[in-house]
Amino acid sequence: MGSVGAKEVPVLLSPEGLRIDGRKLDELRPIKIQVGTLHNADGSAFVEWGANKVMAAVYGPREVHPRHLQQNNKAVIQCKYNMAAFAVDERKRPGLDRRSQEISKVIGEAFESVVFAEEYPRTSIDIYIEVLQANAGTRCAGLVAASMALADAGIPMVDLLPAVAVGKVAGKIALDLKKEEDNFGEADLPMALVPQSGRLVLLQMEGHMTEEELAQSLDLGVQGCRAIYEKMKEALRERYSTGPVGGSS
Amino acid sequence: MSEEVSAEILTTHILDLAAEGKRLDGRGPDDYRPISIEPGFVATADGSALVRIGDTAALCGIKLEPGKPFPDTPNAGVLTTNAELIPLSSPTFEPGPPQPGAIEVSRVVDRAIRAAETIDLTRLCVTPGEKSWVCYVDIHILDHSGNLIDAASLAAVSALSHAVVPAKRFEIAEADYPLEVNHYPIECTFVRLGDTIVVDPTFDEERAAQGRITVATDEVGRVVAMQKGLVGAFSPDDVKDIVRRAFRHGEKHRELAKGVRA
Repeated sequence: MGSVGAKEVPVLLSPEGLRIDGRKLDELRPIKIQVGTLHNADGSAFVEWGANKVMAAVYGPREVHPRHLQQNNKAVIQCKYNMAAFAVDERKRPGLDRRSQEISKVIGEAFESVVFAEEYPRTSIDIYIEVLQANAGTRCAGLVAASMALADAGIPMVDLLPAVAVGKVAGKIALDLKKEEDNFGEADLPMALVPQSGRLVLLQMEGHMTEEELAQSLDLGVQGCRAIYEKMKEALRERYSTGPVGGSS
Repeated sequence: MSEEVSAEILTTHILDLAAEGKRLDGRGPDDYRPISIEPGFVATADGSALVRIGDTAALCGIKLEPGKPFPDTPNAGVLTTNAELIPLSSPTFEPGPPQPGAIEVSRVVDRAIRAAETIDLTRLCVTPGEKSWVCYVDIHILDHSGNLIDAASLAAVSALSHAVVPAKRFEIAEADYPLEVNHYPIECTFVRLGDTIVVDPTFDEERAAQGRITVATDEVGRVVAMQKGLVGAFSPDDVKDIVRRAFRHGEKHRELAKGVRA
């Protein structure tokens, strides 16, 4: 159970250079990915990332609702990111707020950059991300979960989309901030990478960084994304490999 | 084949089977699907439980926060129940404000918890007229394969059963303590399929149903809430039989909810 905001700034970096949870600056929190966790959805995934718990479901390609959003030359990708009332220390009022609408938009656009939407004209591919327990980095965890759910739904894509946030704690660039680091840190920079092309399809930033720090953050983030990418592929293999008889796919 | 046509064919099949006392998934009319409860699923909540009934999944998180009692009940805390039928859980749900279905689930769950005096609300009062605990019961339906009311209410009762009052965190008492739970209301839902009344309907059975009844019972032999839903009718004898069956199922499910006590 979390505390209602410690009033004092905790020691974010030990003299040995270790973070509040004992991680090194370039170390990720533990990540566990399960694919195909829901019964109704066409594709689904559950991601436990540090103390984050995020579920994603994909429905489609299916009829477009509302109808006027339909496009004659491609599928529309509709993403909804939502946070459960009990996912944070202080209860969040249920329903849409400006933060979740913005996150839904940037995540949806990230997927539009990789999904072969022109294969499915006049349809909708609906992505639902539910944050059940939050501890900083939920949009990245949501993106990873959604990416796995899209793959599980068999939607053709250029690539999976690993994502991670880089930040600044106690003046140092650090990978994958947890809540205390996010609350008291000096910068937060979430990103999503297309591993094949090495390009970023989601990028946001808030805080203070010098030009050098930003360059260093981007490099660290890409490195983090590549590590997460391996875990994502591993989770897909776990779900879909048929064992020694059929050979693994 | 359109969704409507396949649903129609399935409905006919479900009704044909029911006439012989059979069900699509092989259960008998009075067989409940397997239930699992995972208490403490959400660490940010003060109490939580993930309940699965077959392929249906409901997650409940309890949040306790200091607030103000209502003017007409100055000596009591506040209990609010809210269910979200999020679009992740079913191809038929859309984003947006709560639909009547979600509101019905919230209200039927709320009614059973309230009427059974699951929580003694006066114990949630800190300073009469000024300060009391507000107990939020938030339910997220994650997978909709029928019988949402039973899943939501079992999740809610299990989460309450597992909840700890964060009194230290809010500087109201020296230490946190488990939430007092006095009664364990258990909701049990039935649908009519022709002349057969089956317990714990699946999504397809609900769509084929000619009426639905939920009965909430507690451990001291009281019926504490009922709700008839969907289009269809029941005779008083049907209802008496349903109540008898609800008590029997309730006893078993109550032990599961009690088993997660914090």
